Parts: sequence; C-alpha cells; structure tokens
Amino acid sequence: MKKTFRATLFYVLCTLIVVLWMVPFVVAFFTAFKTMDEIFMLRNFWSPPKTWTFENFKIAWIEGRMARYFINTAIVTAVSVAGTLLLSSLSAYALAWYEFKLRTTILMIFVSGMLIPFQMLLIPVYRFSVVTGLYDTLIGVILFHVAFQLGFCTFFLRNFMVTIPSSLFDAARIDGAGAFRIYSKIIMPLVKPAVAALSILEFTWIWNDYLWSLILLQSDAKKTVTIGLTTLQGQWISSWNVIAAGALLAATVPVIVFLIFQRYFIQGLTLGSIKG
Amino acid sequence: MRKKLTPYLFLAGPLTLYSIWVIYPIFRTFLVSFTRWDGMTKSRFVGWENFVRLFNDRYFILSLLNNLKWMIGFVILSIPLGLLFAMLMDQKYPGHKVYKSLVYLPMALSFVVIGQIWSWVLEPSGGVVNAFLRWIGLEGLAKPWLSDPKIVTYSLIWAALWRQIPYAMVLFLAGLQSVDKEHVEAAIVDGANAFQRFWYVILPELRPAIVITITVNIIDSLRAFDIVFVMTRGGPYYSSSVMANYMYIQAFHNYRMGYGASIAVIQFLITLGFILIYVLNVLKREERL
Repeated sequence: MKKTFRATLFYVLCTLIVVLWMVPFVVAFFTAFKTMDEIFMLRNFWSPPKTWTFENFKIAWIEGRMARYFINTAIVTAVSVAGTLLLSSLSAYALAWYEFKLRTTILMIFVSGMLIPFQMLLIPVYRFSVVTGLYDTLIGVILFHVAFQLGFCTFFLRNFMVTIPSSLFDAARIDGAGAFRIYSKIIMPLVKPAVAALSILEFTWIWNDYLWSLILLQSDAKKTVTIGLTTLQGQWISSWNVIAAGALLAATVPVIVFLIFQRYFIQGLTLGSIKG
Repeated sequence: MRKKLTPYLFLAGPLTLYSIWVIYPIFRTFLVSFTRWDGMTKSRFVGWENFVRLFNDRYFILSLLNNLKWMIGFVILSIPLGLLFAMLMDQKYPGHKVYKSLVYLPMALSFVVIGQIWSWVLEPSGGVVNAFLRWIGLEGLAKPWLSDPKIVTYSLIWAALWRQIPYAMVLFLAGLQSVDKEHVEAAIVDGANAFQRFWYVILPELRPAIVITITVNIIDSLRAFDIVFVMTRGGPYYSSSVMANYMYIQAFHNYRMGYGASIAVIQFLITLGFILIYVLNVLKREERL
C-alpha cells in the first residue's frame, strides 16, 4: 500500500516537473512550424500550427545563412576541443606525476582562472587580437578557447590522473621509459574515459559560446551559429517563426550530442566540481 | 637536473597560451581601469577617477543590485529545488533516466537559444505564461514580463533558472551517491520518519555538495551576461542591466575602455571571494587524497 503510494507520488511529481520543463521547447517547436499568416492572425506562441510548414527552416538555413554559420562553428569547436585536450593533458600530466616547487601554485592558477568573470579578459584579449591580426579570424577565437579552457581541462584531467596507481608510473620509470613515453603509452590510454567526458562538455560549451564570437569576430562570413542567431533576430524582426526555426537548428547539434553522450556529460560536470 | 626540468617541459606550451590569454589580461585590465581610454588614441592615467565615478553612477549601482537579485534568486531557488529534484529522481523507479534526461536538456542549449525561447514564453500578448494565467482566471497576474522595469530582472532570472536548477540537481545527485546508505538504513531501524532521515542523516552528509553548489551558483550569478544581453540588452532603461552587461556596453558600445575595465575589476573582486571558497574546498580535498 505504502509502496504503491510512493511510486505514484514519484511518477506524478516527475511528470509534472518534466511537463513544466518541456513547455518552452514545445513553444519553440510550434512557432518554428507555423506560417507567417498564422503568426500574425493569432499572435500566440502556444497553440499547435494549423498548417505545418518546413519553409521557415529553409529560410533560416539558406537566406538566414545558418548553413555558413554552422560550418564556422563546427570548425571552431572541433579544433578548439582537440587543441585544449591535447595541451591540457600535457599540463595535467606534469601536475599529477611530478613533485616540484610551483606545483600547487600552478594548479591553483588553473583552477581559479576557470572561474573568473569573462569581463576581466575582454578588453586585453580584444586589443591583443587586433594588434596581432587575429581579430576577425576563426583562429583567433580558437586560440582563445584553447587557452581559456586549459584551466578547467587541466584541473579535470589531473584529478583523474592522480587516481591512477603510482606503481604503474614507477614501474615504467624503472624500466627506463622516458617521460614522454610514459605519458603517451601508459597514462593517456588510461585516462581515455576522462578525455571522453571532457570532450563532450567542452564540445557543448564551445559550440554554445556567444560572448567570444561577439568580441572577436566581425564579418558575416566568419560568424558562428550563436551570433548568426542574433543576426537573424535583427533581420527578421517580426518573423518569429523563422527565428524559432533558426534557434531549433542551432540547438539540434548540441542536443543530439548531449542525448547520445549524456552519461559522459553528467560525469564530466560532477567530476569537475564535486569530487574536486 | 633533468628530472627537475621535465614537468616544466610539459607545462611550457599550456602555460604560455594560458599566460597570454588569461593571466596577462587580468593584470592588464587592472592597469586599464586606472586610465581614460577610447581604445584608439593614447590612454591617460587618471588614478581612482573611474572607481569614484562608478559609485556615483546610478546605472552601475542598479546593475550591482540586479546582480544581487540574481545571486539571491539562484541561491534560494536553485539550491532547494535542485535538491528536491535530485532526491525525487534519485529513486530508481523504471523511467527515472528518461525523466532526468528531459530535465537536463536545457543544459545542452546556448544561452542565446534559451533567451530567444523564453522571449516567446514570456511574450505579453501571445506568450504561454500570460495565456495560462488568463485561462485559469488570474488575468490580473498577466504582465508585460520583459518590458516592465519593476519585474524584468526577475523574468530573466526565471529564464536562467530553467538551466540552473538542472545543473544544481546534477551536483546534488552526485553528492547523494556519497551518502552512506547504511546510515540511512540505521535511521529507518531506529524509527526515524522521512523528514528526520532527511534532516539528521542525509543533509549533514550532503554538506560538501551543498557548499560547492551554492558557491558555483553565486559565481554563475555574478557572471550572468548572455541571457540579459540577448533578451533585453539590459533594458528598458538599464532596469535589467547587470555588471557584465554594463561593462560590455561601456567598453564596446561607448568606447570607454577605462571605465569598462573598472566595472570588470569590481565584478572580479566580488567574485574573487567566492572563487577562493571554491579553491580552498578543492585544496582541502587535495590533502585528503
């Protein structure tokens, strides 16, 4: 009796929460499939479309140039994630396996750096990009992401590496393996799960970045998806349906990645903060 | 000798990049905050002038107070609700994974998308919130959520919580895994009711998770930018402005780099205290390892 009551309570409450949480998605979904006539006639964002149309997605993708922005974001994200993972695995390795004077200091610099407000970096990074010619180039954005994400990634990978039994490391050393060999042949294969979790998190964060593209990119041909979305908003001011279609398009990739690799995403979030 | 050099060889590349794009800019921003500079012509040292002006600037004060609202909103809503959701969905009835996935979904979205979606949800005439209020007969509660200066900040916080609560929930779920099941069972044997079990057994063991989650939430509330910028640009009349957004507008729209930098410095100094709490927590765990 008590058991069924508890189960019922679980399902009722969970369903309620999920329905509430899904409302904004449903609103966006309905709006994206509506015709312009219907938007103007009814002026509501919650009723299902009377006639479903794919036209808005086409407009956003082609006329709204979302296709171009997608390519840019894909390039920025792929290169940034790869770069930051590679470099942070090097620094994490040094901070996990070697005793040296500045070890704790360097680790703390990486940890606190990942939490600072971006505003503290905006002006100098912008200036630096202009002076070096990195402004309005994808590589400029990529370099920033790689550098900034080093903080979190180093912290994360190091925490994972210190859980590896040190006997493995010592044994390899006694066998005469060099530091780089130990890194690439012994440690890296063992941290694969952590790298997987981290790459999913980083993928989502960098794909969804808005501020740095806003600061470091200017020309339309270089824009990323998030910037493209706000451009869309400016150009199709009252065409809510086109903007909604654009927003759904922009959300598709991270949502699919999230749904497939959810386990890694959640692992990453929790490993990164709680287990510290 | 060689041994001593090895870690530095591994750190050379990462540290170089990190110094150029993170460490150096922090110091540079401090310097810029003491100057008057339009970003093009030569900058001029003005001492504390920017900071003095800042505290006489009512829009800055407004932004600061709004950040405080964000902080309070995040802490008093995403902590208890995140914990509630976590406790609820930690019960492993069939389907609990599907429920979790769906609630987590906003975490996969960009703030730009979140902002746009919520603009439609909160739209005064056709938005679902007002439509619902009218439908249940609470016409009077239907508001222009994003254009009324008195409530706009709360509307933005509300939108942000859509993503923040699931985030707190994830952190609490991880914390719940480390709660000793035997302690809970012992409490059941001793005849403790559900509330007593929660208050005297689970909550104390969750303390580390709660401290971290509160800290992370406060840091996030002080960093709020994208949602504000996408949904209202800080308007109407700066009523929903926050420090991050005000800094951006001053530095990159009004070309007052020095003034903008001083806003960033204040934002940074306030955040620093909480960053230290976080780092100290991490250090404590380091010692235990």
